[in-house]
Order: sequence, then C-alpha cells, then structure tokens
Amino acid sequence: MPIVLPFERPVVELVTRVRELRELARSDARFGAELERLEEKAAKLAREVFAGLTPMQKVQLSRHPSRPYTLDYIGRLIEGFVELHGDRRYADDASIVGGIGRFAGRRVVVVGHQKGRSTKENVQRNFGMPNPEGYRKAIRLYELADRFRMPVLTLIDTPGAYPGIEAEERGQSEAIGKAIETMTALAVPVIVSVIGEGGSGGALALGVGNRVLVMEHAYYSVISPEGCAAILWKDGTRAPQAAERLRITAPHLLELGVVDGVVEEPPGGAHQDPDAAARRLSAAILENLRALERLDGAGLRDDRYARFRRLGAFVA
Amino acid sequence: MTLPDKTPAQARPGEKRSLGQGVFHKCEGCGAVVTRERLAEAFNVCGACGWHHVLPVDRWRELLLDEAALERWDEHIAPTDPLEFDDGKPYRERLARAQRTTSRTDAIEIGRARIGGHPVGYGCFVFGFMGGSMGSVVGERIARLFERSAAERMAVILLHASGGARMQEGILSLMQMAKTVAALRRFRDAGRPFLSVLLHPTTGGVAASTALLGDVNVAEPNALIGFAGPRVIESTLRTTLPEGFQRSDFLLEHGMVDLIVPRPNLKATLAHLVELLTPGGTP
Repeated sequence: MPIVLPFERPVVELVTRVRELRELARSDARFGAELERLEEKAAKLAREVFAGLTPMQKVQLSRHPSRPYTLDYIGRLIEGFVELHGDRRYADDASIVGGIGRFAGRRVVVVGHQKGRSTKENVQRNFGMPNPEGYRKAIRLYELADRFRMPVLTLIDTPGAYPGIEAEERGQSEAIGKAIETMTALAVPVIVSVIGEGGSGGALALGVGNRVLVMEHAYYSVISPEGCAAILWKDGTRAPQAAERLRITAPHLLELGVVDGVVEEPPGGAHQDPDAAARRLSAAILENLRALERLDGAGLRDDRYARFRRLGAFVA
Repeated sequence: MTLPDKTPAQARPGEKRSLGQGVFHKCEGCGAVVTRERLAEAFNVCGACGWHHVLPVDRWRELLLDEAALERWDEHIAPTDPLEFDDGKPYRERLARAQRTTSRTDAIEIGRARIGGHPVGYGCFVFGFMGGSMGSVVGERIARLFERSAAERMAVILLHASGGARMQEGILSLMQMAKTVAALRRFRDAGRPFLSVLLHPTTGGVAASTALLGDVNVAEPNALIGFAGPRVIESTLRTTLPEGFQRSDFLLEHGMVDLIVPRPNLKATLAHLVELLTPGGTP
C-alpha cells in the first residue's frame, strides 16, 4: 500500500479514481465524458487543497516516500544512460548517482542525489546523504562534462550532507567547497533542478547552475526545519514554525531570486503521475538549455558568476 | 549553522581586550590561572600549556598587520532583514545588539594591509558578531575582497572563525557559499595566492566554502574545524566523539590543513608564504 499523508487523502482518492477510469475509458469510449469531468474535478480539488498547504506540509510532500527520485527521472529523461561509478580516490557513494547519456538528442552529464525506496536501499544510499566521496564523484563528472563539452544536468534531493565521523575524517567541508568551486568554473551549460529536498550545503554542491529550477512541491533551505527549530528553540517539534519563517517553498524561492523557474507538478504531486512530472521537468530543462546554447564557454561562466553574484540582501 | 547568540562574557563595549569580566582567567587547556592582563599580553595564548584562547579582531590586526593598520573596505555595506525573521527576538534587534557589542557593522572586516611589507587583501571574521555567521553582508564583502585583490594583484589572507551560514537570512545565506567560492575561483584564475587561516571555530557553511580551499591552509592550534558541529554528530549518531576530534591536529593528520602555526609565529609564516607564492615578487 502506498503511503498517504493525511492532508492528501481527498486528493489521492480522486486521483486514484481518475486513474481507474482512464483504464476503463481505454476499452470503452462511453467513459470518456465521465473521465474528462472527473479529471477536471480532481485537478481543481488538488489545486484547492494544495494551495492551502502549510510550508511544513510541503516539506512532507517533498519527502514523500512515493515521490520520484533521481533515477526515476533519469529513466524517463535520458536515453542510453550509462551510470558511472566512484570517485577514483576512496569509494563509490550510492547517495549520489551520475553518468552520461542523451537528453533531447544532446549528449549530457547527469548528477543527482539518490534516496532509497526500501529500508535496505535506504541504508545503501544513506537516505540520500552523501559522504565526501559522493561529492568527489560529482566533481569528477563535472570535469568530464567540461572536457567533452557536454551540458550538466543536476537533480537535487537530499536532507543534507552526512554528519558522520568518517565524513569529517575524509574532509566533508573540502569536498563540498571544491564541488561548488568546480561548478562555478564549468564552460558548459549547467541546469539544476531541485526535485525534492534541497538540504543546505549538501544540496548546493550540486546547485551552482546557470539556471536553477524547482519542482512545485520541493523545498530548498539553509537548514532543515527540524534543525532550525532545535537550534532556535531547543525543540524539534516546532519545525512547522521554522519552515514558515525560513521561506523555503517554491514561490518564496522564486521571489528571492534563488530559483529561476517553478515546474508545476501534476494534480496531487509528482508521485501521483511520475510520467507527467517527468514530461514537465523535461520541457522546462529543455527550454532553459536551448537559451543557454547560444553562449560560448566564457559566456556561460560569466552568466553563472553574475547569477550568484547578485544573490543576497543588504543596504549599500 | 549559527548558534543562538548568547551574551558572550567579553561582549561589553570598551572591554575588547579581555576574555571575561574578572581579573583572572582559568586556562581552557590546562586549568592554570593567570591574570587577564598577562594573557592579553601573550595574545591570549596560555604561557603554561600554549592553549590558544579566542582573540578579538582588533588584536588580530595588532598581531598580524604592519602597524596594525587596515584600510577597511566596504564598511558601508550593511545588513538588512530580507525574511523579516523573528525567532522570539526579531533579527533586526539581534543585529543592532551585535553591532553595539562588537562595534562592527557585520561579522567580517576586510581591507588592504601589509604583512611583513607585502601588500595583501585581508579579511577577518568577527566571531563575537552572531557567531561569525555568514549572511549577505559577509558574502558580499568576501566576494569584493577577492575581486578587488585580484584587480590590485595582491594575495588574499582570510581568517575564518564562524559557526556557518546565518540562519536568520535563510536560503540567501546558503547562496553566499556559492557567491564567495565563485569569487575565489576567479581570484585563483588571476594567479595570486589565497592563504586560508582557520581559527577556532570554523564550521558549517563557512568551512564548506572558502575555508578549506586555500592554496595553503593554516590552522591555529586547538581550533575546532569541521562541517557538522560535534553536537550535531553526537545527536545523529548517538555517540560520544573521540578526544581531539575535529581539532587542528586531527585536520593535519587527515590531510586537510598544511600547517598548524602558533600565534607568535603566524605573521612571519604568512609573510614568508606570500613571498614564496607570488610570481615575480610583490609590488
């Protein structure tokens, strides 16, 4: 049974009926009109329910265990994908996946955080929390992209970099810093998509793009709402309040200039229709990629520099 | 991440030289009791065990810069409150208070200085200002430090002391990591050296941006340096951490810093490094 969050129940019920009706309509045209009516109703209800969600409920959606992950999108977006493994220094970190393939006919490098579906897979993927070797694999792939003139597409979905003893021993800070630095210098287009959780520096190591997109129900934050509440009020249960104050949902991110576009999700969220979610994400990436293809290497570096250079709020 | 700003004992206007308010200080390293005056004369290094206690920014200038002189840049850039953040006390109030107690406009000072005769772009985090946290002003100043130093063909020496990103500015603080590192990369491409000095403590988003990316990384003795703070690791792993974890020696041992230099030798070391790393000598 798929997990259903309390606030999404009415939407899920309707979306499930639409799905069933769609199956029926395929064999019997008489259901066509009913299907259309129900689809409209589902979309409307989803819009209404989701418009009223609190920031913390959005965070819960971004963490939904049925939500499409990086490999789900890669399977739908990238043709002939070859996953590449390892940082050539220490290990292969399964919480970051990457490789090469074709996107809309173009050769590309893809790098993304990867969470697990099952407990076993989550242990293997460390719940999407990379160790330094994950970031060093990403660096290796960024450099490969640069050398072979391939655009870089990254998909962000992590609670954050792993706070572990061995991660510190192997230089978590340096690995993240170097990944950020490497991205700033790439002479190829870089398009970042926040598809789920955008957790702090661990996310930013995949986040320095010419364009940054965010899925409608994803979030991007300097600290998790739980972590923020624990620091401010010594009380992790006040996370909903922290989520509100941190302004981490898609509309806020757009307003602050941190993202360039919001990718609308299908009714009920990406997990209700991963194919549709992937189609929408694909269209958004392609549109942005086309715009960047006009720039040469130096132009792309300058464009990225200018994009991040202007972020911040101060009086001068 | 920024810790809530407790009232540091030394944060009283006009008392920048002292570590606390008493006459005596008990060494954090060996427990020896010395007068504060005596400790201050030794730049807060314990005479008995060599423990390095936190040193205020103006003392750093005195220790490192020729004539203790810094031509400050970009002091007119002042913090604002983009999220209208309030965690029980409005961010604006926290800022005003930090400005009062530290006599600084934000958590970093930057500018032009000389070290052993070499002109350098110099920056020093102000830990007493909201834990040295990096918000938009700190990010902007660091970016300008690199840009201007590249233009003037000077080395950059940046002293880090920070709990990380400034939570009160939310995601915009995170973006300062990208901004500062992007500026560092351009500076590197201009062919001048970046010496990163790691003071106690350097953690979180600041550790993961410029701090460990120096051409040479120099730590002071017994500094805490790491990405995740020890309390976060302990609570995540439900374990106690080994003695010396994330301290300077640990970083040297794990290949993350080049040198651990005690305060009495730091100026000479930095001047020597600038000289050796500057192609064709300094202007």
